[in-house]
Amino acid sequence: MNQAIRNTWIVALAMFALLFGSLTVVQFFEAENLNANPWNSRTIYKDFDKNRGAILVDGDPIAESVPSDDEFAYQRVYNEPELYAPITGFYSLVYGSTQMESAMNAQLSGSGDEFFYEQIVQMFSGGQVEGASVELTLDAELQQLAWDLMPEGVKGSIVVMEPDTGNILAMVSKPSFDPNEVAGHNTEKVTENMAGLEEVPGLSPFINAANESLLAPGSVFKLVVAAAALESGKYDADSELENPPTLKLPGTNVELPNYVNGGCAARTTADFSFALEQSCNTPFAQIAMDLGEDAIAEQTAKFGYGESYQIPTHVTASRFPTGMSDDLLAQSAIGQYDVRVTPLQVAMTSAAIANDGVLMKPNLVRTVRAPDLRVMDSPKPEELQRSLSADNAKLIQDWMVNVVDRGIGGRAAIPGVEVAGKTGTAELMAGEEGNNSWFTGFAPADDPQAVVSVVFEDVDVATGSSLASSSAKQLLEAVLNK
Amino acid sequence: MSNIQTAPRSRRNTELLLLLLALVVGIGANMLVGLDQDRAFDSDFFTQGITLIVLVLVVHVVLRLRAKYADPVILPIVTALNGIGLAMIHRLDIATGDSAATRQLFWTGIAIGVVVAVIWLLRDHRVLRRFTYLSLIASAALLIFPLLPFVGMEVNGARIWVNLGFATFQPGEIAKITLAIFFAGYLSTNRDLILLAGRKIGPLQLPRWQDMGPMLAAWLVSIGVLVFQRDLGSSILFFGLFMAMIYVATSRVSWVIIGLLMIAVGGFVAFQLFPHVTNRINGWIKAFDPEVYNAIGGSHQIVQGLFGLASGALTGTGLGQGRPDLVTFANSDMIIAALGEELGLIGLSAIVMLYVLLVSRGIRAALGSRDAFGKLLATGLSFTLALQCFVVIGGVTRLIPLTGLTTPFLAAGGSSLLANWLIVALLLLISDAARRPTVTGPATESRPPGDRPRRRSKTDERNTGSTEVIQP
Repeated sequence: MNQAIRNTWIVALAMFALLFGSLTVVQFFEAENLNANPWNSRTIYKDFDKNRGAILVDGDPIAESVPSDDEFAYQRVYNEPELYAPITGFYSLVYGSTQMESAMNAQLSGSGDEFFYEQIVQMFSGGQVEGASVELTLDAELQQLAWDLMPEGVKGSIVVMEPDTGNILAMVSKPSFDPNEVAGHNTEKVTENMAGLEEVPGLSPFINAANESLLAPGSVFKLVVAAAALESGKYDADSELENPPTLKLPGTNVELPNYVNGGCAARTTADFSFALEQSCNTPFAQIAMDLGEDAIAEQTAKFGYGESYQIPTHVTASRFPTGMSDDLLAQSAIGQYDVRVTPLQVAMTSAAIANDGVLMKPNLVRTVRAPDLRVMDSPKPEELQRSLSADNAKLIQDWMVNVVDRGIGGRAAIPGVEVAGKTGTAELMAGEEGNNSWFTGFAPADDPQAVVSVVFEDVDVATGSSLASSSAKQLLEAVLNK
Repeated sequence: MSNIQTAPRSRRNTELLLLLLALVVGIGANMLVGLDQDRAFDSDFFTQGITLIVLVLVVHVVLRLRAKYADPVILPIVTALNGIGLAMIHRLDIATGDSAATRQLFWTGIAIGVVVAVIWLLRDHRVLRRFTYLSLIASAALLIFPLLPFVGMEVNGARIWVNLGFATFQPGEIAKITLAIFFAGYLSTNRDLILLAGRKIGPLQLPRWQDMGPMLAAWLVSIGVLVFQRDLGSSILFFGLFMAMIYVATSRVSWVIIGLLMIAVGGFVAFQLFPHVTNRINGWIKAFDPEVYNAIGGSHQIVQGLFGLASGALTGTGLGQGRPDLVTFANSDMIIAALGEELGLIGLSAIVMLYVLLVSRGIRAALGSRDAFGKLLATGLSFTLALQCFVVIGGVTRLIPLTGLTTPFLAAGGSSLLANWLIVALLLLISDAARRPTVTGPATESRPPGDRPRRRSKTDERNTGSTEVIQP
C-alpha cells in the first residue's frame, strides 16, 4: 500500500511540476507577448499612472504630465496644442500614442534600456520610474512665426531646418488640432472628439503633414534635374539648352508648354541659370529625356528619396516613379505625373545644395534629460550621404540666388542679403482647380543659416506663389536677425 | 528510509517557531498592502493581524494538549497561505471598496473553531471509520441540497450554492471530505475482496463487475454534479479523489486506466452535450480568438488573468502596485493571477512550493499511518489538495480548461476555507496517530506504554502497512 501512496505522491509532484512549467511559460517566456497584446489594458493603465517626461521647446513644456485625481495618477496636457500637435502627436487611452509621444516613448515613460539602474532601484524601493524629458530642436519664436504666416483655412506646411546640422527649427502644418481633446481619460468623450476631428477637411490627426503627406513638387523638382544634369558630366554651367515655347511629348499629342506668366518666351535657347530663374519647363523636360529615367532616379536617391526616416518621428519616403515612357519622364522632370515628395524632402534637397552637397539627417531632438537633469542623450549631427559634388552644389546655389534676384522668386528677396530660392507650382489631379504652391530656399547664400520649405496646397496660383515666397522671406529674415 | 530510530519528539516548539514565521509572512504582506495604498496600520490591519494570531495560537495550544505528535509543518504552512490570502483579499478590497477580507476573517474564525472542535473531540481519526455509510448519506445530502428549491441558488450558471439566510454556502466543498471518509472506510474494509478476485488480461488485473460498483457510483456522482450542478471543477475533483483512493487501496494500475477511460468518455459526451462544458473548452483552446474573447462566458476572464500574470513577470509589481482588480473574480477564482501579478513568478512559485510541502506532509502522514483507513484518508485528502491546486492554477495559466474551483486557503470563500481547514484538522490527527510513540486511541494494534520504538522488520511492514515512527 505504501508503494501506491508514494506513486500517488509522485503523480501529485508531477502535477505541481506541470504548474511550475506553465507558470514559467506565462510569466516569463510569453510575458512580453501578453504585455504587448492590444486587449491588455493593464499596460495602458500602468503607463497612464506614470509621471511621463515632458516634451520641451526652448525650456518650456509643450507636453507634460500633471497630477490627476481621476482613476489615473497623471493627465497628459498639451500647452499651445495646435501649434505643436503634429510634432508631439498625442498620448491617448483610446487611440494609443503618435508622433513624438510614440517615437520617444521609451525615454518619456522611463521604460528604455538606459533606465536599467532606475528600474532596479524601483524594483526594491517600490517607487515609480519617472520618465525623461525630451527637449526639441525647435525654436519657439520661429515656430510661432511660421504658424502666423499661414492664413487660417489654408492647408499647408512649413519646415525650417539648419542645413549643416539637420536640426529642424520650425515645423508647422495647418489645419491642426488640439491633442488635449483625445488625451482625456473619459473614453466616450475622447471617441466623440476624435470623430469630430476626422470630419475636419484636410486634417488627419494621426499624421504630421510636413513629414508624412506626399505632394506633387512641381518646379522645385527642377533642382534635382539640374543636379542630375551636372553630376552626369554631360552638362555644365555654359551648356546651351533648347527652350521652345512648347514641346510635343514623344508618342503623344500632348504639348508641354513653358510657364505662361514667366519670362521664358524671351529666349529660345537658355542656360541653366535662365531656365531656373524663369522656371522654364521645356529645357528640363529635354534634359530628363536626354539623361534617361535611371540618371534622374539615381539623383533623387542621393537627395534622400525612396527612404523613410525616423527623426525620430516617422518621415514617409518620397518617390520618383519608375518604368516611364519618355513623355511621362518629361512630365516628371517638372515635378508632375507621379513624383511625390514630403515638405521635409524638399527642405532636405535645398539643405544638401546649401551644405555644399552634403545631406545631413534631419533631427528634432536636441537633448534627452533624466529627471535629475542629467543629460542622457544628445543626438549629434549625422551625415546621411553626399548628394552632389561641392562644385556642382555651388553652381546651383548661384542659380538659386538669381531666381530670387532676377527671376520669379523676387518676393523672397531680403535687402542686403543674398537669398537663394526656387519656386514651384504643381497642378493637382485633373478636374481640380487649385495648385500646390511651393517655395524652397536658404540664406545667406554664401553661408546658409537656414533652409525653408513652404507649401500651400490647393490654392490658386497667384495667391499661392506670393504667399509661399513672402513667408519664406520672413522666416529667413527672422533666422538671420537672431 | 533509514532504519535508525530516534526517540519521538513532539516538535511542538518547531511548530511554534514556524508559526511565527508564517504569521510574519502573512501579516507582513498585509502591512505592505496598506503601505502601498497609503493606508498602513489602519484599524483593519490590526483587527486582521491580531485575530489571525489569536486563532492560530489557539490551534497550536490545542495541538499541544490533544495531538502532541501532530506534524509540525502543516499548521504553519496553512497559516502562511491563509495570511497571504487575507492580505491579497484586503488589497483587492481597497481597490474595489469591498469588505471581503472581513468576511474571510470571519470564516477563518469559524473554520478554526471547527478545527479545534474536531481535534479536541475526535482525538483519533479512526473513529470516523464507524461513520462510513453515514458519510455516504451525508455526501448525497450535501450534493442534492443545492438542487432543492428555495434553499438552492444558482450563481454564474452553477447550481452549487445554498442560502443559509445570513450567508451562502457551497455544500460540495464539505462533500469532498465526507466522500473521502466513505471511500476510505469502504475500501479499507473491502480491499481484500476487491484485490483477490478478477480476471487477468496480460499485465492488467481487471476488477470483477460487482467490484466496479463503487467506481460506477463515483463516476455517476461526478457526472451528476456536472450535469445538474454544472460544476466541472468539482466533478473532476470528486472523480480524481476516488481514483487516487482506489489505486492506493488496490495498487492496481488497471483501475486507473479504467478510470481515465471513463473520464475520457464522460468528458467527450459532456463536451458534445453541455454548452457550459463546450464554453469552457473553447475558452481554453481558442482563448485569443476575438469571437470567443468577446462572447459572454467566453475567454475574457482567463485572458485577463494571463495579462495579470504576465505583467507580474519574474519579480512582480509589488503588493498594491499592480492592477489585479481588472480581472473578474480576482479575489476568489482568479486569486492566483492576482498574486502572480504582484508577487511575480518568484513569489507565486514560493506559494506553490508551500502546497507541494503541504501535500507532501499529508502523504508523509499517510505513509506513517498504522491503519489502512488512515492511509487511505490521508492520501485521499492530500491528493484532493494537490488536484485542486492543479485544476485551479492549471486553469488560470491555461494548462487545462478553467473551471470554477477555489485555490485552497487563499481564495475568498467561506465554504472552501472551512472545508480545507477541516482537511488540515484530519491530516493533523492522522499525522499525530502516525508519529505517536504509543497508541492511546481506540487502536487496532497497541504496544505496552513506555515501550521504546522497535526496529522494523519486513514482516511488520507487510502485515500492517507501515509502523514507521522515524522522525523527520
